[in-house]
Amino acid sequence: MDRRNFLKSGLIGAGAGTLAAGTALANNTIPKEVPEWSQILGAGVDVEPYGLPSPHEAHVRRRNVEWLTASPESSINFTPLQDLSGIITPNGLHFERHHGGVAEVDPNEHRLLIHGLVDKPLVFTLEDIKRFLPVSRFYFVECAANGGMEWRGAQLNGCQFTHGMISCCQYTGVMLSTLLNEVGIKPKGKWILAEGADSAGMNRTIPMEKALDDCMIVYAQNGEALRPAQGYPMRLLVPGFEGNMSVKWIRRLEIGDMPWFAREETSKYTDLLEDGKARMFTWVQDANSIITTPSPEKVMKHKGYNVITGLAWSGRGAIKGVDISLDGGRNWEPAQLEDPVLPKCLTRFYYPWDWQGDGKLIQSRAYDDSGYVQPTFAKQREERGLNSIYHNNSIHTWEVKPNGEVENVQLA
Amino acid sequence: MSNWLKLVVVGLVAAMLSFEASAQQKIGLGTVPTAEEIARWDIDVRPDGYGLPPGSGNAYDGEEIFIDKCSACHGEFGEGAGRWPVLVGGHDTLASEDPVKTIGSYWPYTSTIYDYIYRAMPFGEAQTLTPDETYAIVAYLLYSNDIIDDDSMEINADNLAKIEMPNKDGFIPDDREVVSGERCMRDCKDSVTVASRARILDVTPDQ
Ligand code: HEC
Repeated sequence: MDRRNFLKSGLIGAGAGTLAAGTALANNTIPKEVPEWSQILGAGVDVEPYGLPSPHEAHVRRRNVEWLTASPESSINFTPLQDLSGIITPNGLHFERHHGGVAEVDPNEHRLLIHGLVDKPLVFTLEDIKRFLPVSRFYFVECAANGGMEWRGAQLNGCQFTHGMISCCQYTGVMLSTLLNEVGIKPKGKWILAEGADSAGMNRTIPMEKALDDCMIVYAQNGEALRPAQGYPMRLLVPGFEGNMSVKWIRRLEIGDMPWFAREETSKYTDLLEDGKARMFTWVQDANSIITTPSPEKVMKHKGYNVITGLAWSGRGAIKGVDISLDGGRNWEPAQLEDPVLPKCLTRFYYPWDWQGDGKLIQSRAYDDSGYVQPTFAKQREERGLNSIYHNNSIHTWEVKPNGEVENVQLA
Repeated sequence: MSNWLKLVVVGLVAAMLSFEASAQQKIGLGTVPTAEEIARWDIDVRPDGYGLPPGSGNAYDGEEIFIDKCSACHGEFGEGAGRWPVLVGGHDTLASEDPVKTIGSYWPYTSTIYDYIYRAMPFGEAQTLTPDETYAIVAYLLYSNDIIDDDSMEINADNLAKIEMPNKDGFIPDDREVVSGERCMRDCKDSVTVASRARILDVTPDQ
């Protein structure tokens, strides 16, 4: 958002420089007139058989950055984290990342084939999959490139763009271990090729240990069928690992004795280091966090009592704590975590503070139950250089300015 | 513990064990596919050549197919048209400030070229190439990247996996730090300086 749009959006008017203590910018008296909605009948039931948000919430939407990719069919958009409460991402706001567009799959014709180093190959229909004992779990799905535009310096001025390649839902499906038990894995079967039914034929290799641990084949997301953009009618879910491995529109699992080295685990989703070597199979999404309010989109409107809030997560386990700094990382204090605090799931944190209208450099720092602490940008760059693209989980800085505006900045 | 309680505990453990055993039992859902059905979907190719279908092609023929089906996006020589991906060149750039990752400079295995092109290209017309066409395009891309030097060399299931890629040793396993441990709370640094600002760059989309 540039200055012009900032003003246009009406968040801060001409009086921005003179914020009054404890008062909102908007008029906060009770209106004199009885509003129309208190007098006339509203819409009846069934006017909207599938309900939609209030038109006043139209600004809450996914957004993309057009200059990032050559075509919208192989592209990404971002979840508006700054507009969400709690930890769940509504289905229509789950970020999208496709490599060949959204496959329009007919659920009656869709099949999941499991074959390779197995005792007995099997094909499952959606109906077969739904007959297994269902399991429902809360997990985040995060693109490995979340924050990837920030490696060389502060670039995008918005929480949605710096961190919105993540969403969190309750997923329902069957444990992958249950399906693998049905086919019977041969002792040499150590790797699984997962393949989607989209026009990218998305394929990734999953290690057997992970597959047997907590992977799922899911068909529901937040209580309803998966959305087409998230892999309807079924997707693989690989909790805590980079989102690309949670192959959507999953149609095939082949068991093998070595990895496949598919394009998305060689050409892409490998992390180039300064010396020209690249890390591969960097699956885990390390502990990360972001303050969603205040942020460039959620500017400071009141002096005095305010609550800093945001989200933390770790692919290694559960978030153990989040610390907040108001002075660019010199001093830190713990934030409050809100229940539930679940492994490989978004965790909501709060930090009440008293803002006196002065400039601040605010940061959040997450640590998880494995002992891992979110690193600074300086430490990340020292270790990885600038060309990694993927797996940036550095501590992020927002500058709160005296007039209440907030900017994405990076510290030396 | 009373004998009675012991009995209950032993009974409970036995019940849990039998439940565990039953969890390993097969439920019996799903249908066994025929070998022909599996073959229809089994399109993947591995670095050891496993999965490569019968057929062959050379770079000379591949060039023509590439110009016809691929060059609109990737350029006649794989140099990339507009913002579409570049498929050739980039040698010795990986350690530079501006690395160019292509099939020739970055990809560790030839099998991935076959696997990816057959499953995903041409963009929007996936799985339409024949094995012969795919081999020919792979040969053309190897030739254009100076990995083979004979444009009449027939590439097939026997020799593709044996061709070594320049960057085959360019990858290391994930050795990211597992435990970082340091959680400083007071006076963690001497000075705080802003090094870069998003607004100065001004590349954020309008909202
Ligand atoms: C309409 C444009 C278009 C056409 C035509 C097209 N491609 Fe592509 N190609 C793309 C896009 C877009 C991508 C990247 C897709 C992604 O990242 O998910 C791509 C990626 C690739 C890659 C992987 C590049 C890398 O470095 O990872 C190869 C190899 C490739 N194409 C080969 C081909 C071949 C061979 C053909 C012809 C048979 C072809 N393409 C036709 C658009 C096209």
